[in-house]
Amino acid sequence: MSTPDNEREIDAVSGVETTGHEWDGIKELNNPLPRWWLWIFYACIIWAVIYMVFMPAIPGLPGAEGATRGLRNHSERVNVARDMAALEEARSVYFSRLTEADLSEIESDPELLTIALAAGESAFGDNCATCHGAGAQGARGYPNLNDDVWLWGGTLEEIRRTIRYGIRSEHMETRMGDMPAFGRDELLSREEVNDVAEYVLSLSGHSEDAAAVDRGAETFAAQCAVCHGDNAMGNRDLGAPNLTDTDWLYGGDRETVRETIWSARNSTMPAWESRLDDAVITALAVYVHSRGGGEED
Amino acid sequence: MNWHGVFERNSMILLIGILIMVSIGGLVQLAPLFYLENTIEEVEGVRPYTPLELMGRRLYVREGCYVCHSQMVRPLRDEVERYGHYSLAAESMYDHPFQWGSKRTGPDLARVGGKYSDEWHRDHFANPRDVVPESVMPPYAFLADAELELNELETIMGTHRIVGVPYNDEMIEAAQSDIAAQLDPFSPDYDAFQARYPGAVMRDFDGDPDRVTELDAMIAYLQALGTMVDFDEYEADAPENLR
Repeated sequence: MSTPDNEREIDAVSGVETTGHEWDGIKELNNPLPRWWLWIFYACIIWAVIYMVFMPAIPGLPGAEGATRGLRNHSERVNVARDMAALEEARSVYFSRLTEADLSEIESDPELLTIALAAGESAFGDNCATCHGAGAQGARGYPNLNDDVWLWGGTLEEIRRTIRYGIRSEHMETRMGDMPAFGRDELLSREEVNDVAEYVLSLSGHSEDAAAVDRGAETFAAQCAVCHGDNAMGNRDLGAPNLTDTDWLYGGDRETVRETIWSARNSTMPAWESRLDDAVITALAVYVHSRGGGEED
Repeated sequence: MNWHGVFERNSMILLIGILIMVSIGGLVQLAPLFYLENTIEEVEGVRPYTPLELMGRRLYVREGCYVCHSQMVRPLRDEVERYGHYSLAAESMYDHPFQWGSKRTGPDLARVGGKYSDEWHRDHFANPRDVVPESVMPPYAFLADAELELNELETIMGTHRIVGVPYNDEMIEAAQSDIAAQLDPFSPDYDAFQARYPGAVMRDFDGDPDRVTELDAMIAYLQALGTMVDFDEYEADAPENLR
């Protein structure tokens, strides 16, 4: 029920006016909003107006490009461009030395080497560790970069080329080698594939079937030696691995070797030229080269 | 005068008051949409998804990838350093709904296209810990076995057309054959496909040329993410692009 304003009742206990509503004897106190809250509320409204004046606020006004600019002419895109430019400038002191230096100089100059390893390690963590592992230890199908085994070459120049253009990537300069799927594409029969597998296993002393090895050797000479070499020592121009050692990218058990010959392995690595700048690629090459297996020119 | 009391005691006045307030709020939010043309920048290179990528995108939504992965490189130095050029609104203009996400348990995926090989994606979907030991992502090995469901492909593309994706009749008619075309780099439809979807990557994504699997679609989608705009050409500093 409504009560005229001048008949508002004062609650005896709290000394606060009631709203005049009553439900079964229960009355509602008409406390004012807390002052601190109210002033913050007003301050927010004032802040919103100030913000609209100084910062970008109103989008889509007819005739305007984007949102209103505000008196500060603030733009996140300008800010990030400025930050990136500042970063680049701060780095250029070191990075320009990296790009200008001859590759062979870097490792003999302690200061340059420190720069390259620091930059290389951080770029490796961001971009390479996903496949090659945080410690460059590799995984099945992703080469270990700490050992002496190199598919495409382990000199600084070769490593840099691999990083820059990738392996079987879409870059025009990419490293390219194409192993045929001998079984799947019916270039060899199942028996021939098995025999070649025996021969390949025998190269590292893992076969006991001498007859199969002999048959496989013949097929190997005809089909595989073109890329892997007559002595199966591999060919780095084509990324054809050395088959006589006990390092296997996909596995050296009988089943895996058969599978490799049957359906081929043509793994790819992206070209990093378009993603990373030249100094970072050089730093990465030095970092990988320094992991333990780097080769001299 | 007790205004509050007036509104509380007269339902019609309260109703009119509510209508006025809602109208103001609504107008402030809706009016800019009438001038939407000048709020979305047009960027060269952004094209609608190919049918295969579109189906992959649906799987991305189905599996809830957006719960852990964002697709939004913010214009902040550290993000640009790690992921590449910040995302442009235009890059998700054909996303319905957009997949910007709100949380990064995993990394941002806005520029993941081309960063890793297809083999890596296959290994990673089969069991993420095979390639990233510290990963907490669940395995999605079943994608490699699941046949890609294509019964509703044309309907899905038609629906996207209704909400503004420029799929034309030719694209929708060729949708089924475009799925096969994208999976075959030596497809006889190569030129026609590239004319419809310029720059789309064409290859067998899941390593099994005999089947069209969900993994094909998913990897095709991921490999397209963030690759459409050529940032060598895009002038981020141009006045109309500074917003």
